[in-house]
Amino acid sequence: MKLQKATRCALFAIMELAAEPDRQLSANEIAEKYGISTNHLAKVLRSLGRVGLVEAVRGAGGGYRFSGNRRRTTLLDIIQLFETIDPIRHGEREDGDDTTEGKALCQVLMEIEDTARATFASITLDTMIKLVDRGR
Amino acid sequence: MANSQPRQSERKCNVRLAKASDIPQVIAIDAENTGLSKAEYWEDLFDRYNNRSADMDDDTQPKSVKRYRFFLVACDGDTVLGFIIGEVRAWEFGSPPCGWVFAIGVRNEIRQGGVGNTLLEALNERFRKAGANKVRTMLARDHTLIMSFFRSQGMMAGPFIELEKDL
Ligand SMILES: CC(C)(COP(=O)(O)OP(=O)(O)OC[C@H]1O[C@@H](n2cnc3c(N)ncnc32)[C@H](O)[C@@H]1OP(=O)(O)O)[C@@H](O)C(=O)NCCC(=O)NCCS
Repeated sequence: MKLQKATRCALFAIMELAAEPDRQLSANEIAEKYGISTNHLAKVLRSLGRVGLVEAVRGAGGGYRFSGNRRRTTLLDIIQLFETIDPIRHGEREDGDDTTEGKALCQVLMEIEDTARATFASITLDTMIKLVDRGR
Repeated sequence: MANSQPRQSERKCNVRLAKASDIPQVIAIDAENTGLSKAEYWEDLFDRYNNRSADMDDDTQPKSVKRYRFFLVACDGDTVLGFIIGEVRAWEFGSPPCGWVFAIGVRNEIRQGGVGNTLLEALNERFRKAGANKVRTMLARDHTLIMSFFRSQGMMAGPFIELEKDL
């Protein structure tokens, strides 16, 4: 399974900020750690700001800070801001989908979509940060 | 503060094997959680899990009998706050001894006070003593609350996948 670039940027930024909610970081610092473009990340951070997951801190040394709820925000909440991971369930149709073969293929793909969705929906940021810590 | 995570204070409780007198409260908690009252089911489960003649009142095991099925309750005095049920199964589908969690439930009004966590830890401890070094469960894919709970305990998808069809 591959996530889009913006989604990955958002997940990295959120994990970084939510791990230490009192700390503020600039887009630059986060971009550097994950080897991503600062411009791209700044755009993503603005989207996260609009839904209240991060807040911009003004003034000297300003940056971003996590402002969501680690125990209630799931990976799916973040992913869905940038992409749809279950397009078939959302009614997206492709050529050939109306044939019997296409329908059978959709059935198999939907099984995978449903599992992916359940996985992302059940992992909170808190759980994700514990997973990161276990890997250290 | 940015990270004011509303975590209720830890609820003090004591975990022990369920007794017959706890079962009405277990039935009530389950009915509240699932919307179905299944008295017969819980009484039968209790008989099979905790009420066999080899069993003692508490879960200190007689040396000759290895307990591998556990129906536990978390209590505050006589009040049952929650329950958990599990057993160690060996060589099912080729898997070495492993603890299975079948059911868990905590009273609605005291959730997020750590009782679920305490129950699972208590069961895991008994699984370890019974020789299992892995714990497993099976959940409805769309039951996000309970899946979030098990994931918060560090559980991830295992190597098995469940398949089914209409008969
Ligand atoms: C799942 C359940 C057992 C959890 O019990 P609990 O006493 O609230 O659990 P705890 O307080 O120990 O919580 C442990 C962790 O689970 C996770 N969790 C619990 N409730 C959660 C929720 N509503 N959303 C997201 N995560 C949650 C959290 O990560 C929590 O850790 P934290 O408090 O440090 O954030 C309880 O909610 C319940 O009984 N639900 C109904 C179960 C049911 O319907 N059973 C029938 C089918 S078997």
